[in-house]
Amino acid sequence: MCGTCGCGQEDKISITRPGKENQHDHIHSHEHEHDGSKHSHSHTHSHSHDEGHEHHHHDEHDHGDHHHHHEHEKEIVLEQDVLQKNNLLAERNRGYFEGRNIMAINLVSSPGSGKTSLLEKTITKLKEEIPFYIIEGDQQTLNDANRIMATGAPVVQINTGSGCHLDASMVNRALKELDVSEDAVLMIENVGNLVCPAMFDLGEAHRLVIISVTEGDDKPIKYPDMFRSSDICIINKTDLLPYVDFDIEKAKDYALRVNHQLKFFELSAKSGEGMDAWFTWLKESIKKQPIED
Amino acid sequence: MHELSIAMNIVEIVEENAATHEVNSVSDVEIDVGRMSGVVIDALRFALEEAVKSSVMESATICINEIPAKSKCLACSHEFEPNDIIAVCPECGHLYADIINGKELKIKKIKFLE
Ligand SMILES: Nc1nc2c(ncn2[C@@H]2O[C@H](COP(=O)(O)OP(=O)(O)OP(=O)(O)O)[C@@H](O)[C@H]2O)c(=O)[nH]1
Ligand SMILES: [Mg+2]
Ligand SMILES: [Zn+2]
Ligand SMILES: [Zn+2]
Repeated sequence: MCGTCGCGQEDKISITRPGKENQHDHIHSHEHEHDGSKHSHSHTHSHSHDEGHEHHHHDEHDHGDHHHHHEHEKEIVLEQDVLQKNNLLAERNRGYFEGRNIMAINLVSSPGSGKTSLLEKTITKLKEEIPFYIIEGDQQTLNDANRIMATGAPVVQINTGSGCHLDASMVNRALKELDVSEDAVLMIENVGNLVCPAMFDLGEAHRLVIISVTEGDDKPIKYPDMFRSSDICIINKTDLLPYVDFDIEKAKDYALRVNHQLKFFELSAKSGEGMDAWFTWLKESIKKQPIED
Repeated sequence: MHELSIAMNIVEIVEENAATHEVNSVSDVEIDVGRMSGVVIDALRFALEEAVKSSVMESATICINEIPAKSKCLACSHEFEPNDIIAVCPECGHLYADIINGKELKIKKIKFLE
């Protein structure tokens, strides 16, 4: 791996259908050269916008004799969203989902909050009623995809290597492997990370953030971007509440103050407590999928 | 470190624009980063130092404007700059507000010598 930017050759993103391990795809979307001997001459600085708008980066503003020096300087106003490419691709995914009446849910959480456990329990309970398709995102291993495969649901594993989030193009490629049927629910388990996945729209209809009671109840204000960009919040591992100092009402209050539109489920993927409300919501939501005219 | 992906996106966009204008070096790049964008400016600046290597931005002056956040109170519609993640409305004390500004993450403009 390239030590400077983490995008080296050995770290390619791979997409694998467990059980069909010969069918895979490598993506490396941002190849660039590294010349160890080169030095960067970039100069960065930042300042607050309210400190004024004048930027004089050059000393050429005196109107002396050497005017010709910047006669050819050209300024291009771009106003271009840095994430525009991802956003456009996410919209393409969204159009694909809407056209086939697929409800896509992006699951995000810290590592180990219970994303895969929730999926296992949900698929096992509802697979007769709802066709589930799963995309698993992890830096390494097929472990989570293998756990999902054991439930019988079709699954594709994306390994991001050193990448700390899924993006719309990875999901787009995984979709080609997965071939999701119409009227299905597509669950996308993002890389366990409460920071980076917040910025990357995958084209999902819902973003579901999970926190477990073994984490701090101040998670929502420590990682506000994730809670702000989600519309559902599951508080998992409620079976452990007697053993930990987790104040559910405080966690919900913090989360609502970051995003007053969040919908909550409190449950234990292990004991099954509270899962019925989640199952009901899921069943109701597929019925309600917007059919635009 | 999603700032690295962000930095690489910035370089890619600038490279595309440089190619359109048939120049192989850009002198200035101005970027707007909102306080609510999810990007840590110091981390972005650090990531850019790596990402610009061997690109058209290698010797560019990069100016990052930090855009302040603005919230709108859900109860009284008062607009204010939140001093905290969970700021209370200074007019009416209401707890919930919508963010209406500060999510910017864009390349404002570039300059080059033709
Ligand atoms: N007690 C208890 N343990 C749980 C519950 N849900 C999950 N766990 C345990 O928490 C651990 C992590 O669960 P996973 O489902 O693998 O978590 P994850 O979010 O998929 O983890 P990553 O994919 O690594 O980010 C496992 O040991 C689970 O058995 C729960 O409701 N109660
Ligand atoms: Mg998992
Ligand atoms: Zn990251
Ligand atoms: Zn108010």
